[in-house]
Amino acid sequence: MSNPRLTALDALHRSLGATMTDFAGWDMPLRYGSERDEHNAVRTKAGLFDLSHMGEITVTGPQAADFLDFSLVGNIGGVAVGRARYTMICQEDGGILDDLIVYRLGDTEYMVVANAGNAQIVLDALTDRAEGFDAEVRDDRDAYALIAVQGPESPGILKSLTDADLDGLKYYAGLPGTVAGVPALIARTGYTGEDGFELFVEPQYAEKLWQALTEAGAPVGLVPAGLSCRDTLRLEAGMPLYGHELTTALTPFDAGLGRVVKFEKTTNDGRFVGREALEAAADRAESSPPRKLVGLIAEGRRVPRAGFPVVADGKVIGEVTSGAPSPTLGKPIAIAYVDAAHAAPGASGVGVDIRGAHEPYEVVALPFYKRQK
Amino acid sequence: MSNPQQLRYSKEHEWLSAADDGVSTVGITEHAANALGDVVYVQLPEVGDTVTAGETCGELESTKSVSDLYSPVSGEVVEANQDVVDDPSLVNSAPFEGGWLFKVRVSEEPKDLLSADEYTEFSGN
Repeated sequence: MSNPRLTALDALHRSLGATMTDFAGWDMPLRYGSERDEHNAVRTKAGLFDLSHMGEITVTGPQAADFLDFSLVGNIGGVAVGRARYTMICQEDGGILDDLIVYRLGDTEYMVVANAGNAQIVLDALTDRAEGFDAEVRDDRDAYALIAVQGPESPGILKSLTDADLDGLKYYAGLPGTVAGVPALIARTGYTGEDGFELFVEPQYAEKLWQALTEAGAPVGLVPAGLSCRDTLRLEAGMPLYGHELTTALTPFDAGLGRVVKFEKTTNDGRFVGREALEAAADRAESSPPRKLVGLIAEGRRVPRAGFPVVADGKVIGEVTSGAPSPTLGKPIAIAYVDAAHAAPGASGVGVDIRGAHEPYEVVALPFYKRQK
Repeated sequence: MSNPQQLRYSKEHEWLSAADDGVSTVGITEHAANALGDVVYVQLPEVGDTVTAGETCGELESTKSVSDLYSPVSGEVVEANQDVVDDPSLVNSAPFEGGWLFKVRVSEEPKDLLSADEYTEFSGN
């Protein structure tokens, strides 16, 4: 096993007493103190995350938009400069290789952000697919550190450190600016269900930016937050996690995310990788509904984990993909794929097999938590 | 973090109090509690159960994982801590005090339990 990669903030995490964990080949902070306290701070105040393990890939060139339209399932040419879009990259057979956020930084410049565990796969696929396009795919994983400030206090914290027009910055948008004297791409995106920002900066500035955010946020209760609470936050917000809700064995239609697939593309004569398979998957989903992604809320206190069977009437009707105790609900929750017949909110008799015991669960629509705007 | 001198420790990170009238109290160490993260569910042996040194007698569930609870000694369970069942966070906040897990009438004690100093060296803190 090779040594895990360290982010530019590694020494800082250790000085803060973080419990570190190996995540997709990176040594990342799992938590600094109590993950429950960190979770609640993000919901009510603000949390500061090091997300430098995420994989940035820059795509430039006259045909950058056409190339991304061909390579990804979304309508990337239709994204306005300064905006971002959630999308996916699929295999020829329609299986999901990764879910991505694509930022359009200029007319002919995009930044693709891949999950840490899939960054090389996405980079390789994009490099292959670029053949024949006047577009360049650049590995920028080492060019950026990524710091996220998330939570209701995050706009105020950031405003005290930047002249950028944050009020004009919509959700899923990004603009270049300066934060605490550090040049940054300021994006209003996140993975917590809260308002928040993700700041892409050169690694040499990461520590300076982290310290400035820490100081600016201290009076309103900002705390450093690790991967453990990031997972419970995204779970409450009903956001899928690659490797759990999304895999190469599923198409976007099987994952209930068929809406991200745009067949009506105007570029490349409508061609894109996976199109035929995805059209078939869309037809299949129409005629015989696949298992549906639902929320489960425990009546008891045992926690369902990924891979546990969902049961009803003594039969297995699905599988848990993610589960954890929810700090906001005060009960264990799970995301699970279940047969369409048992997927309606309030469906009776549904349980999870937790190490041999059938624990009763309430079926609910996702998300578990939605912030008040 | 300091491990109380008057307790003894197992390599599975339980602590054991000196037997008072033959009854010892069992809990998990602060080191173990920190490693688990926030404990959210505790399943303890029931009064009257016989536990065996080194064998599973319950489970501790935290945000990220579930861990078996081992008994550091053999004997009969005479009390389970209902407070910690109702509020599992006691395991994190007071592992050597209010977060104790169960009391056992000791029938046999393994010879390889560690002193506080030995456990501190074994666990690294």
